[in-house]
Amino acid sequence: MSRTSRRKLLSAVFVGFCALSVLIALVPLAFVLFFVVSEGIQSLNVDFFRNMPKPVGESGGGMANAIVGTLMVTGLGSLFAVPIGILSGVYMSEYAGTRFAAVARFAADTLNGVPSIVIGVFAYGIAVLPFKQFSALAGGLALGIMMIPIIARTTEELLLLVPGTMREGALALGATRARAVFSVVLPSALPGIITGVVLALARIAGETAPLLFTAFSNRFFTTKLNQPVATLTVMVYTYAISPYKDWHRQAWAGALVLIFIVLVCSLLARFATRRLEGMQAR
Amino acid sequence: MTAPVPGRKKASRGLVATDLGFRLGTGLFATMLVALVVAIGFELSRQSMLTIEKFGLNFWRTEVWDPVAGQFGALPFIWGTLYSSILALIISTPIALGIAVFISELCPDWLKQPLVFLTELLAAIPSIVYGLWGIFVLVPAVRAFESSLPAVLRQLPLFSGPPVGVGMLSAALILAVMVVPFSSSVAREVLKSVPGAQREGAYALGATRFEAIRAALFYARTGIVGAVMLGFGRALGETMAVTMVIGSTPKVSLSLFAPQDTMAGVLASQFTEADTELYLSALVEIGLVLFIITLIVNSMSRLLIWSMARSERSSTPVVAAEPVEVTA
Repeated sequence: MSRTSRRKLLSAVFVGFCALSVLIALVPLAFVLFFVVSEGIQSLNVDFFRNMPKPVGESGGGMANAIVGTLMVTGLGSLFAVPIGILSGVYMSEYAGTRFAAVARFAADTLNGVPSIVIGVFAYGIAVLPFKQFSALAGGLALGIMMIPIIARTTEELLLLVPGTMREGALALGATRARAVFSVVLPSALPGIITGVVLALARIAGETAPLLFTAFSNRFFTTKLNQPVATLTVMVYTYAISPYKDWHRQAWAGALVLIFIVLVCSLLARFATRRLEGMQAR
Repeated sequence: MTAPVPGRKKASRGLVATDLGFRLGTGLFATMLVALVVAIGFELSRQSMLTIEKFGLNFWRTEVWDPVAGQFGALPFIWGTLYSSILALIISTPIALGIAVFISELCPDWLKQPLVFLTELLAAIPSIVYGLWGIFVLVPAVRAFESSLPAVLRQLPLFSGPPVGVGMLSAALILAVMVVPFSSSVAREVLKSVPGAQREGAYALGATRFEAIRAALFYARTGIVGAVMLGFGRALGETMAVTMVIGSTPKVSLSLFAPQDTMAGVLASQFTEADTELYLSALVEIGLVLFIITLIVNSMSRLLIWSMARSERSSTPVVAAEPVEVTA
């Protein structure tokens, strides 16, 4: 074999390997989606959304309390993460060149990389241990901490995309910096910021680890913030590692609902980004 | 010049004051980001003081973890975390790089967006769903594979032990799947920042596709290493999926078939059972060390990616300057 044909062969093998690796990565994706949909759809019915968990042996149990619980903790998390995330994002983009902005950016990326279970331990230390009580609030705190860096970084990046002339125009008209940001820059980046929030929601709605010992779990229905609440993810975990067939079925149904939530959030975020890009092109 | 009008001076001072207020106000929120990171480190250290003082470094050298007998050694967990993450990295790195190269260099334009979307979807699936799938689909498959392995190979320490399915191999496989989208998306960004002239130059010299891409990969090596390390950081802290398939058995073993445990895994499975202060403190110390390790790995990977981006920026004018010289 000549040198040239050997080189060509090597090149073809490499191209083949790259294409193959895409396929290899897509196989587990297809498998996971296939099993979640096919197993989940069998046990997903109205009862699942309406009923409370039933004792082992009784059929027809659902996860109504866990669905409400997931809404509660993600809602609480957003309540506290959205303002902090957006305002710190505003700081990082408005004062982008300053040393403190770089420090804050580094802190946000660091926070983003902290394992979710560690955030759970932290939330346990400051919101569960002092009150000797698992609570929805503690769960919301843990999820909020995870949302902050995502929202802050997307806000920052999107505000930097807003044309400088818009801000300068506002300043030239005599607006204060705050006025320019809140009346001109933020509104024009709003779809993007909402995207960031939705993306953050998509990520934390599927989180289990930080809730295990903050929101804990609850067999009963509650909307009290200082009580432990069940969440979809923790419920799927408990049911998955249980020895009961019926609970396994429900775990698959829970997983299907989770994937559905995450997908809808991701698609919403994508749609909003498209619109934003369209706006910029105009 | 004219003397400043008193009214205007007052107005501009007001302007400066509100601007300062705005800066301090938003700055306060930015400070919270820094404060949170510091607070996590502080709180975890505070809660683990008991074991830090009692066991010192021996905590990380002891192999026995027996909470009932009051014996706490965290060596099996740090071993399990590092072993599973490194195995996952060995499996995922070639695949992640292959995907990055395929999407950014090889595939037709119409295929790019769908492929990017699908790999992102891989990252969007919650860990708990991977875990559920792992328990009911992957573990039985791994068990079948393990029992089908010829007896000769089973003699090796790498494959010793009964073929139970749950264990290091399942954990590493599931971790690899979860890490691929992270490394590949960063590697893709890094490859995008390699100037086109690099490849064009290689092709002009008669390079094959592979040789041109190898040159681009070599040019981007710092960023590529950063991308792989970012994936490593993710793998270290991954909790639910690993906990559900690794077997939760604190043991130091080379065997891929052996049920083991990780730092994140022991926190997830035992934290609510911690009935003594010492037990709780030992678990929090594991969390503290996990926090520190991921902090170091993530900072290093970010530094690498940043330095890549910076050298890229500083080298651009040089590349742009060359053709000008030629035309002159």
